[in-house]
Amino acid sequence: MSIIKSGLTLLGLFISMPVFADSGIDSRINEAIEPFANAVAGFIFLSFPIAGVPIPFVLVWLIAGAIFFTFYFRFINFRAFRHGFQLVRGDYSDPNAPGEVTHFQALATALSGTVGLGNIAGVAIAVSLGGPGATFWMILAGLLGMSSKFVECTLGVKYRNEYSDGTVSGGPMYYLSKGLAERSDKLKSLGKLLAVMFAIFCVGGSFGGGNMFQANQSFKQVVAVTGGDASWLADKGWLFGLVIAALVGLVIIGGIKGIARVTSKIVPFMAVLYVTTGLFIIFSKSSEIPAAFAAIIDGAFSAEGISGGVIGVLFQGFKRAAFSNEAGIGSAAIAHSAVRTNRPVTEGFVALYEPFIDTVVVCTITALVIIITGTWNPSVDPSEGVALTSAAFESSISWFPWILTLAVVLFAFSTMISWSYYGLKAWTYLFGESMITDIVYKVMFLSFVVIGASMELGSVIDFSDAMIFAMAFPNMLGIYFLVPVVKKELNEYWADYKAGRLQKFGKAANRA
Amino acid sequence: MTQVLLVGTDCSECSDRAVAYATKLAKVANSHLYVVHVINWSPYTFNTPRENEERHQRRENELERAHSQIIDPIVKDLRSKGVDAEGVIRHGHPAETLSELANELDATNIIIGRKGQSLIKAKLFGSIASTLVQIADHPVTVVP
Repeated sequence: MSIIKSGLTLLGLFISMPVFADSGIDSRINEAIEPFANAVAGFIFLSFPIAGVPIPFVLVWLIAGAIFFTFYFRFINFRAFRHGFQLVRGDYSDPNAPGEVTHFQALATALSGTVGLGNIAGVAIAVSLGGPGATFWMILAGLLGMSSKFVECTLGVKYRNEYSDGTVSGGPMYYLSKGLAERSDKLKSLGKLLAVMFAIFCVGGSFGGGNMFQANQSFKQVVAVTGGDASWLADKGWLFGLVIAALVGLVIIGGIKGIARVTSKIVPFMAVLYVTTGLFIIFSKSSEIPAAFAAIIDGAFSAEGISGGVIGVLFQGFKRAAFSNEAGIGSAAIAHSAVRTNRPVTEGFVALYEPFIDTVVVCTITALVIIITGTWNPSVDPSEGVALTSAAFESSISWFPWILTLAVVLFAFSTMISWSYYGLKAWTYLFGESMITDIVYKVMFLSFVVIGASMELGSVIDFSDAMIFAMAFPNMLGIYFLVPVVKKELNEYWADYKAGRLQKFGKAANRA
Repeated sequence: MTQVLLVGTDCSECSDRAVAYATKLAKVANSHLYVVHVINWSPYTFNTPRENEERHQRRENELERAHSQIIDPIVKDLRSKGVDAEGVIRHGHPAETLSELANELDATNIIIGRKGQSLIKAKLFGSIASTLVQIADHPVTVVP
């Protein structure tokens, strides 16, 4: 059966690709998709000027939401930080009910969907366009984004669907439709509308940032280490795309669990290796750390030579942070909702760690390496993306780009697996669950891997950004109606926690 | 007071000797015998979203299989021989879980079989028997 499926996939891939002369495939794909991608991006990033700089409304939308949630939940991003760690560690997990999805596992799965090219290539783009100061705004956006994640993941668990066969499905589609209907009859149709909008954008996002951007940037990195423009692969993005698509296809259509299992074991290892190497480079140039931080702070508030001045810097930092940690976008709520708990708010606490690890830790390390090694300078071509990060690591450790390439391809791969799942959940929400709808989505997903690898970064990144950020409109709008629900859950739980009514287990019980 | 014995089983055949030995002990001292099977599981693994979604269902299947294929036949057989036996199935790290259970049930003795693995393999990957001997708070009997 799976052989037939894989055959169908490959067929679909070939049909979806204009098969012209070998050498021109990449540029033809680019020409065909670019105008469409630009139009979509133009619409989503509709801007209005702040202090003379055009700022896309969606970014203001995300940041305003994150600030509101931070205040509304009285700095939940800081006050629940310690408790979140206890939950991840398993202090409150009942040992008599093991074998279910733990907080740790839900967080790890969500993280492998968010830690990806955004942390490596995206940060390089932010620092190129916005200067070192963009790092400051990126960290701030990461800290505020924790509150957005808290809300959406709590809601994801609270309103998930539990089916009779024991499987669960959650995410914004469900909390928007069920949650708003529960608030009042008048909101019922709005909730349904928002849920459908979200699902449509989520499918788009799974083709864009969760797919094309990943394929594109990992291809760029592979070309870079194999000799740049002189590389045999240089104009064969479609070929790289086909190979990656075939591997992803084996997992998501062929159901080959081995590949996914191996990847899910290697990815955390690569993440730790990336962070450790980054820290090693930073501390090996420890004399330059103060200067780097000075550049970050200075650059954040007095941006000379950056297009758009301080607002321009802020924009770049916020944009890349949001793209990387996806707070307010709603995607991670889908992954988090698989956890086994009867207190939805606990998963919200755990989810605080996602933007923290993703943005405040990993993105910051990338930025510091780029700044400290002096690889950053304003004349660097921003479309270099991942190549800039690679060059920064290479300047300290000459062979590291090879490791980085492996990491980049694996991150891209695991992010694609996660996003194919998010996209499929949204897709089946729209079109129902059946073999046919399932396979149609998966074939489309794989086609976009090939397209993404073949296109130029400029249009890929605009389209990816557009689709992912579009999800934030219906998601956040719905959440505003649901914050009282979360507040009630939070207050009840927090009272239990403070009064010591929550039972600790195992070693944690002895510690208490 | 009756003493409590705990016997760890991997599968119905491979733990034959451990169960037989535990049965002999149980008869002599008229003990309550727990027949335990631990399904290898860790709370700290990295899974795909699909695996997480299906986890609850899979867990039910695992428990069902452990009952029908491992624990229930053994317990039934023991009871027919007049042993006061009871089955327990848990998820977790095998050695740690056996040790915790022994504490919880206040067992006088933990009895397990030994897999006939080579010395090198045991050194590299560790064996449940040797780990259990290291960490248990109760006497451990390893049946070869």
